[in-house]
Amino acid sequence: MTPQGVRVRDDTFDPLIADVSPEQLLQLHEDLVVVRRIDTEATALQRQGELGLWPPLLGQEAAQVGSARQLRSDDFVFSSYRENAVAYCRGVQLEDLVRVWRGTASSGWNPFDVGMATPAVIIGAQTLHATGYALGCKKDGVDSVAVAYFGDGATSQGDVNEAMVFAASFQVPVIFFCQNNQWAISEPVGLQARRPIADRAPGFGIPSIRVDGNDLLAVMAATRSAIERARTGGGPTFIEAVTYRMGPHTTSDDPSRYTDPAVQAEWAAKDPILRFEAYLEGLGFLTEERRAAVAATADDVARRFRAGCLGLENPEPLTVFDHVYATPNSWLDRQKSQYASYLEMYGE
Amino acid sequence: MSEKLTLAKAIGSGLRRALEDDPSVVLLGEDIGKLGGVFRVTDGLQQRFGADRVMDTPLAEAGILGTAVGLAFRGYRPVCEIQFDGFIYPAFDQIVAQVAKLHYRTGGAVRMPITIRVPYGGGIGAVEHHSESPEAYFTHTSGLRVVTCSTPQDAHSMIREAIACDDPVLFFEPKRRYWTAGEVDEEFVGLPMERARVVVEGSDVTLVAYGPLVATALDVAAAAAEDGVSIEVIDLRSLSPVDFGTVEESVRKTGRLVVAHEAQQFGGLGAEIAATVTERCFVYLEAAPARVTGFDVPYPPAKLEEHFLPDLDRILDAVDRVMGRENSLTGWRA
Ligand SMILES: Cc1ncc(C[n+]2csc(CCOP(=O)(O)OP(=O)(O)O)c2C)c(N)n1
Ligand SMILES: [Mg+2]
Repeated sequence: MTPQGVRVRDDTFDPLIADVSPEQLLQLHEDLVVVRRIDTEATALQRQGELGLWPPLLGQEAAQVGSARQLRSDDFVFSSYRENAVAYCRGVQLEDLVRVWRGTASSGWNPFDVGMATPAVIIGAQTLHATGYALGCKKDGVDSVAVAYFGDGATSQGDVNEAMVFAASFQVPVIFFCQNNQWAISEPVGLQARRPIADRAPGFGIPSIRVDGNDLLAVMAATRSAIERARTGGGPTFIEAVTYRMGPHTTSDDPSRYTDPAVQAEWAAKDPILRFEAYLEGLGFLTEERRAAVAATADDVARRFRAGCLGLENPEPLTVFDHVYATPNSWLDRQKSQYASYLEMYGE
Repeated sequence: MSEKLTLAKAIGSGLRRALEDDPSVVLLGEDIGKLGGVFRVTDGLQQRFGADRVMDTPLAEAGILGTAVGLAFRGYRPVCEIQFDGFIYPAFDQIVAQVAKLHYRTGGAVRMPITIRVPYGGGIGAVEHHSESPEAYFTHTSGLRVVTCSTPQDAHSMIREAIACDDPVLFFEPKRRYWTAGEVDEEFVGLPMERARVVVEGSDVTLVAYGPLVATALDVAAAAAEDGVSIEVIDLRSLSPVDFGTVEESVRKTGRLVVAHEAQQFGGLGAEIAATVTERCFVYLEAAPARVTGFDVPYPPAKLEEHFLPDLDRILDAVDRVMGRENSLTGWRA
């Protein structure tokens, strides 16, 4: 699809999304709008002091929604911190998206409830976890797949390269989904890779696809082809979704120090949502009425999201000792009891 | 000539001096160039010294340290920035198995004058991996020097000394004190970096702290003074080796020891200091040494960190304990 929303014919990938109905297209559009709305609301909450930090996904909606919506509930996602749209698609509750960023919990959700692990902050670590999970699926003889989401910067880490070695060696059903958003904080992707990142995977024996990450349909098709391979015993696939981080790295970042406004503007013209809307309009699907309905839905989600965030309570002091071990631990029990006595003496 | 600088800027000016004074000094790290590091410690240095001396590296900590080893073989003096404490572990292998051992392995033929800068500690409301105090992993590793600073002057002087040192130095920067301002004189020759400093003299209790908790310890001393307890505050500065001479001399005078650090307790610096002081000053001790530390749990979410971190009250409680006064453990039974 061009930035103007005109589809480009592709004989390999077109058949993979031929079955997508107009209703589904409109639902995907709603997803895009809603996740952007959640993202903007989270940034606002951070600015108002309600969140400690927030990593905006602005510009990466199509890459995340387009891929995550192709998964089944028995598939499993291992992501990084920016994949909040993926989490939304997995069914993570709105307030659960921000527990970690509000500082009230170390995990927003139970990974087994939604088939998505707690996002990894250590860059690249989750790619190995996805590989191991996929190995488990293969051993168990099920056709579930694991998906690792990570950034362009992450591809420099040893863990990511080791994950590809293991995945190729064991031929496990894992999808390496790399969102190349052109930046690792202030470092341009050229510092991590001299050639397209997708070129690296074949060297490990892993087929790769380089897809326009701002083209929802293309992302869907690429993901479907990888899923198909994984489910049928064909092993891993590497997808490089070429996209752009239109916002700051996080709310603490100051991109004016390292970005060029001209480049920003160039990418703004390739906005994944505007493009998809142009496409839908061309088909006559996106009426003014529908637009208004989607906007209202997004506002409603944002309102519930905000309320959920503000409603998150601070944890009780003694919970600082919880969940360190799965079994009783005499040393820690003693510390907890001593701190309880301290709190009793001095109040809180 | 002295000027007022924040602790972060004082390290930056120390790095600038090191780059000026020694052409073999090179800086490596993630986002240290145009961005000036996430804490702006290296602000302006790439512009001034060029991208071949102040290098943004690919996003890989093992890569940064492993590459530094190779540079050191070539006679360079690499200064590596680890963006946050919790991101040092991918480089752990290179640091512990290579950086720490190469001088030993080669019978002294190869020196590893590598400085590893690590913003550390909590209290800034951050998410996971951004508030840790991993110093004990490194003090436990033979072949490494480990230091930390608590004032802008020390930050400036000690980073230069660390870079000039022919041994590898882990340089821990107390990130919640980055914005503390103080006078910095580039020509000032103070205590060598392996010496501890008596910051406040006192006669009843020796309170040993380092890095971020030195400021807290000073508050403790002031609060205790109002209560009639005289505290001697020692800023350890060097965590490996520890300047036990200074600590012992103080404990012989006061007879009481409290050690405070943010890091977890088990196997930490506090244990080492308490054990060594007990071995060497046993007959001078009026009370068992007390430790006030982070609990033995992973660094908690931001809304719980005030409970994890030793603060004024928790340290005062330990002071009461060594003074034999009523304290939170008075009625406590296991
Ligand atoms: C091991 C490790 N080193 C450093 C960091 C600090 N850090 C956080 S995000 C980031 C950049 C990541 O870039 P990329 O992988 O492209 O993901 P993006 O942020 O663009 O989504 C860095 C260096 C980290 N979280 N983990
Ligand atoms: Mg990136």
